[in-house]
Formats: sequence, structure tokens, C-alpha cells
Amino acid sequence: MSSISQNAPGKTVLLMGNEAIARGALEAGVKVCAAYPGNPSSEIIGTLAKVADELGLHVEWSVNEKVALEVATAASFAGLRGLCAMKQNGLNVASDFLLNLNLSGCRGGLVLVVADDPAGVSSSNEEDSRIFAKLGDLPLLEPANFQEAKEMTKSAFEISEQLGLPVLIRSVTRVSHARGNVCLDELPQSRPKPRFENSLRFHALPAVLNHKLLHEKLDRAKQMFEESPFNFYRGPEKPELMVATSGSGWMYSLEAMINLNVQERVGVLKLGTTWPLPESYVLEHLKKADRILFIEEVDPFLENNVKEIYAQNCLFLGLKAFFGKASKHIPDVGELNPEIVTHAIQNLIQVPYEPRPADYALRAHEAAAELIPARALSFCPGCPHRATYWAVKIALALDGRDGFVLGDIGCYSLGMGPSGFGQMRTLHAMGSGTGLACGFGQLNRFGLEQPVIAVCGDSTFYHAAMPALANAYYNGADFLLLLLDNSATAMTGFQPHPGTGSTATGKEAPVIDLKAICEVFGAHVEVVDPFDVAATVETLLRLLQEEKGVKVLILKRECALVSAKHQKRLYQVEVEQEHCLGETCGCNRFCTRIFKCPGLMWDKAAGKARIDEAICTGCGVCTRICPASAIRKEKA
Amino acid sequence: MFISRDPFNVIIGGVGGQGNVLASQILGEMLVSQGYVITIGETYGASQRGGAVMSHLRISTKDQFSPLIPEGQCDLLIALEPVEGLRILDHYGSPRVMTLVNTRPIHPMDVISGNAEYPEVSKVIAKIKELSRRVWTLNATEVALEMGDPIFSNIVMLGALCAIEVLPINQQGFELVIKDLLPSRTMDENMKAFNRGREVVQEFY
Repeated sequence: MSSISQNAPGKTVLLMGNEAIARGALEAGVKVCAAYPGNPSSEIIGTLAKVADELGLHVEWSVNEKVALEVATAASFAGLRGLCAMKQNGLNVASDFLLNLNLSGCRGGLVLVVADDPAGVSSSNEEDSRIFAKLGDLPLLEPANFQEAKEMTKSAFEISEQLGLPVLIRSVTRVSHARGNVCLDELPQSRPKPRFENSLRFHALPAVLNHKLLHEKLDRAKQMFEESPFNFYRGPEKPELMVATSGSGWMYSLEAMINLNVQERVGVLKLGTTWPLPESYVLEHLKKADRILFIEEVDPFLENNVKEIYAQNCLFLGLKAFFGKASKHIPDVGELNPEIVTHAIQNLIQVPYEPRPADYALRAHEAAAELIPARALSFCPGCPHRATYWAVKIALALDGRDGFVLGDIGCYSLGMGPSGFGQMRTLHAMGSGTGLACGFGQLNRFGLEQPVIAVCGDSTFYHAAMPALANAYYNGADFLLLLLDNSATAMTGFQPHPGTGSTATGKEAPVIDLKAICEVFGAHVEVVDPFDVAATVETLLRLLQEEKGVKVLILKRECALVSAKHQKRLYQVEVEQEHCLGETCGCNRFCTRIFKCPGLMWDKAAGKARIDEAICTGCGVCTRICPASAIRKEKA
Repeated sequence: MFISRDPFNVIIGGVGGQGNVLASQILGEMLVSQGYVITIGETYGASQRGGAVMSHLRISTKDQFSPLIPEGQCDLLIALEPVEGLRILDHYGSPRVMTLVNTRPIHPMDVISGNAEYPEVSKVIAKIKELSRRVWTLNATEVALEMGDPIFSNIVMLGALCAIEVLPINQQGFELVIKDLLPSRTMDENMKAFNRGREVVQEFY
């Protein structure tokens, strides 16, 4: 079924960038793959998990990125090839280990793929992880399309083994989460046996000596990269302008050249080995042009590193003009696209460009302004988080002490928006809601009188909130933690975790019980079903008002999207038109104006609420909020 | 049949949860099996349900184009929802664009809450017609609901796409791809949805 596991050299298939990376690892004979899910990286390990049994691999969802990197590294220490994948935020978590692993070095090929998310399409930030390669003196590759994503991954294992260093691959959303043609190569059939050689040592210490050895390895990487097939130049021998680009910038640059029809005037230097840069190769190409434009996402990493090489050699290179983020020709935040690159090149070489007739654009803008309503993000219909935030909103209002909610990372981060009734007041890193609550939970001694609530998802809890909860009990913090247990890592594609009872490859696993852990950590723990709105509000209020110390309320209800896969809907929901009083009710359209689940509609003609049968999933929560009891449910 | 431009740019747009990604993947696979070089920018927008999402497909006989279509360069728009179609034309449309549109609205949260109005669908379709070279319409959601599950509406739309004969695709190609991509127990229903889409789509004048 999956083209990932086909041993079909020469066959061309359509692969997502992340699948191409996974295929590259398979073609390199990877044996151990580990990750914590995070978009846009999740499908790398997700894809490998599907073929793990068939191809004899160990593939796991680890509890967090640091552990994942350690798992993959162990394979390397034992002489096997290991792959670890994560999103940009994950590298912050794994960096403590990584910035010691660089000193100890490794043995079997070890590749760390980091998928960055320019513009934070599905992230809380848009950090550029390439800086970690420079920080840790580690070789860095940046794939520019799908085929290269496969080839680079394969090659990264070789480079890693030759240098005895982990190799970083930095992808971005538009490579990882895009699809394109990929031509397959052979899958190796070897079955190497792992062995820890007791003659070897993997110590970060002595730090200074190992730092020196690391620099020597990096010099060797630089030499290797001078000949890399991932660096090439396309364009005239003496271009008016040279575009220097890496990663997704390559595809955008090519497109801009076609848009402007300037292939005879502008050259593109495409660099795939961006740390350490192959100095002689870069110098050779800098000689070609006096004007250089840098195209890359997000930070000016390539831009600054090339400038550094130039500064070192400017006496014999002569004067050059550099354009990019520093010169404001390219935005220094957000993601790029072919338009931004087209306009930047157009600006610098003065060619006309009209993407479409101006009068058409004007008419289209007018139609859009007149007719298109905004479409805000919202929790899915039937999402337990909507019910949870609803209960929190009611409970905090009834409590009356102006309590507030500290947020965390997951689908429930949408609690900051209208769909979560704007309840979430902070949003940072995995587990930070509980960590912040540890601090807020100490402020009552200075007179803080507001109740403190933290939210945290089940997967996030195992990832990063457990240490914070231990800290809370140990130091006597006073707050209420809401564990939003929807039995999945829902945000990233429903991956299993230690609480779900299954592994990445679908095998049965012991369940690490959330309630039991919280109790061991000294918390008073209760469990409710958020779909039981009345019980949830009552429990919330009681826990806020009656108890001091660390309290945990587990809101247990499976993710609606997961439920839909294995069970039929709970209820058939209907707004009984004769009971809905509409505009005359006095509720002022409570169900649609305030609760606003996408499964509800306001029928303007009838002046009453209705269920949108194409959207409603039948959770039945809205039946509890209608003051006229007009929304009825029947067992489906 | 061949593509009429190179690259030929297709956008599939709608609301999160409408099966936009799967539709673009099926279409992409159908075209790759015919030897085209395809790039798909998988979704452009939030992954959560309820937001505006779109996929960009670049179809070429020679080059791997970027996963993002530039302003005004869409050749064929497949709108799974009417105002989302108009939203996409605002940036990607041009006098050459052709549009296939599912006429069934999905109300955004601001409309549900009463903070915004959803326009008359007939008005939206008329605007889409003003901004497109050719337009085809069908109520794909209704067809899917008649089949018992709105989940099939994206497949209904693919059937309609086959019927309008703008892209080099056919029923056999669709059948082969979904055999690989979707669970076999859903095969009959998917084929039915595809064929229903082929039957009900009509050109809008």
C-alpha cells in the first residue's frame, strides 16, 4: 500500500517532503527512529511507524524531543543508524543533550531532522533552528525540494559516519508539508547487529579538548561540502544580480526568474550545505557578481555567514552590494513566497511585472470586501475543549474573584480565541502553563486573591508538565490544574502517548494512568466528563473555593475526530422549531451568539436557531445551554 | 488530453475539515501516474477545523514548481465552499481562471454569532462568474448528505472535476488511486460519490 516501503528503484511517486525524508532514511538503512510529534515534522516518524514491522525497524513516539534524540543516539553508539525528528520548538528541548553530544561524538550515522515553521502556521513561534548548527558546531543540510529531501537524508547518514557527528537537516513547512515527485532508489537489505564497543567512550568531557576536536571535525565537514552535489549555480557567467538561496528559497527564486523572464540576467546560487559553508566554493561564486540578494527563511543565517566569508576576503574580492533582510529588500519575519521574491528581484533589476490586469484585481478586491465574512479558527464541532472552556467561563463567573487561565501547547491553545471564549491568558512552551502556575500559586502570600487555573493536554503532561507538578507539591503552590485528557496528541494527527495504551506501531502498551501519577505527586485529583456541563461547573467551582494546595481536575473525553473514526455519533441533535422562541426569547440568541459551535446556524428567514447537519457531530452539549430547552437530542 | 498551460495551476479551497488535503492528494496521484511533475502545497492556512484552507497544485511536464502559486496565476479553482471560492479569486484569480464550485455554504463563527452576514449564495456565484472565464456548480454537500455522510463531498467534487474535462483525468485513474489510498470497504461508496458528482455538475451561465 505505502510507496515508502516499496523496493522499486527508478519508480517515481508523489511524496510529501516528510515522507521523502523518511524514505531517504530507509534507503540509508536506518534502524531506530524516534520523535515527539510536532508539526510540520510529524509525518516523518508517522510514516516510518507504518512500515516499521514490515522492514524490521524500531520506531517510537518518545515522551519528548530530548528523550527521542537520546533513543536515536543510543542506536548510533551501538553502531546502527538512528533518525530523530522534531519541530523547531522541540530542538530547544533536545538542545541540552545535543550540545553535549556534539562533544562526545557518535558512531553509527545519526541524523536529526528539524522541521521549522516560518510564519508559525502550526506553531507558537517561528524560530530559525539553523542557529543551533552554528551554536553546536554541527553540519547542517537544507533540502530545497522533495527529491533533495530524500537524497540529503540519505547522504546525511554517510556524512555523520564519516565525521562521527550528528548531522542536522533543516526542513521548513513548504518542504515538509508539501508534495512532489520523488524517484526512488534501492532499499538496502543488510541486518547489522548492534554492539556497544567497550573500548569506546562517549563523554562530553574534557570539554576544551573535545571542543577542539569538534572544530577539527567541522573543518573536515567544510572540505567535504566543497564538493557537495547539493550546492550548485544556475545562470549566466556574469549575472547582473546573483541570488544566493537555501531551502524553500530555491523554488521561489526559480519561479521568480520565470515570472520575470530574467534567466539571462540573474543567476541563482543554491546552497544545500549551509553550515559550515564551503568557503572556497562560496568565494568562487561571489566573484561572479557585484550584487547579491539573499533569499532564505526566516533569519538572515546564510546572509550573515556569507557576509562573514566576504569580510574575511574583501581585499581581493572588491566592493560588493548585499541585499536581503538587513537591507529590507526581504522581510525579516514570516514566510517567503514566489511573489515576495519576484518583487525583490524586480526592484533590484527594474523589469516590468504585472501578475494580472489591474482592473481585474480591483474588481476582485471589491467583491471580496463586499461579500466575504472573516473565517476565524474554531474548535471542531463536538470538541471536548469547547465544553471545557464553557464550563471554566461559567465557573469563574460564579466564583466571582476574577480567576484566570494559564495556557499551554495543543489544540486547546485555541482557548485564547473566541471558540474558547477567550479564556486562556498565557501561551508559551510545552508545560509552561503548569510551570507558571507554580509561580502564581505562591503569590497569595503577597496578597494575590484571584484563583489560578492552568490547562494542559494529556500528551503535553507527559512531555513537560510532570516536573512542574512535582515542583508544585514540593514547594506548596496553590492552583487548579485542568488536565484536558482527549486520549490523543490531537493537534499533530492523533499520535498515541503513554496514556493511550498503544505504541507508535500500533502495539498494545501499558497505560500510565494520569490520575495515579497526579496522586503520587500529592495532588487532590477528580475526574469529570466535560460533556456533562453541570457536573463540570459544579466540580470546578468546588475545587476553586474549597481546597488549598495542588488540585487536578481531569476532563476526560475523547477527541471528536478520534471518536468519529471508531464509533458512531452519540446523538441526533435538533432544534425543535416550535420550542425555539427565536428573537422573542430574551436569551438574545444564546446558543449561536455566545456558545457558537459551528454545528449551529442562525436561520435568518425563520428567526430561529438550526442545526447544520453537514457539520454537527452529535455531542449534545448545546442541548444543555438552551434556556427554552428547544435543542433536543435523541440517542443516534 | 493535455494541460493547456505549463505550469497549470489548480487551487482546491474550502473550510478545514472538508477533505481538502485528501482531494488534492488524490488529484496529484492521478496526475503523477500520467507522468506529470506535480507539486502540492498541502494546506495554506490553519490545520484546525473551521478555518479557511487551500491546497495549491502545480502541474507541469518539465519542472518542479514551488508549492505556492503566485498572485493571479490560478488556472482552475475548485471551491468546496462558495465564499471561500471568492476569497481565493481575490488574490489568485485572473481573467483566465475557471471555477468549479460547491454551492453549499458553511457558516463561519462570526456569522453564527451574528457579528457578520453570510451573503446570498446566488450573489456569490454571480460574482464568481464575473471573475471567471467559465464556472460550473453543484451542491456536493447535499449529494453527500443524500448518500448518508457529508464526508463524501470532496469525492463528489472530484467526480465533477472529471466531468468538466479541464484536466487529463478519468474514472479509471481515480479508481486506481483510491484503491491505494483509501480503505477498501469505502471503495463502492467513493465510486458512487465520484459518479454522482459527474452526473450533477452543470455549467453556470
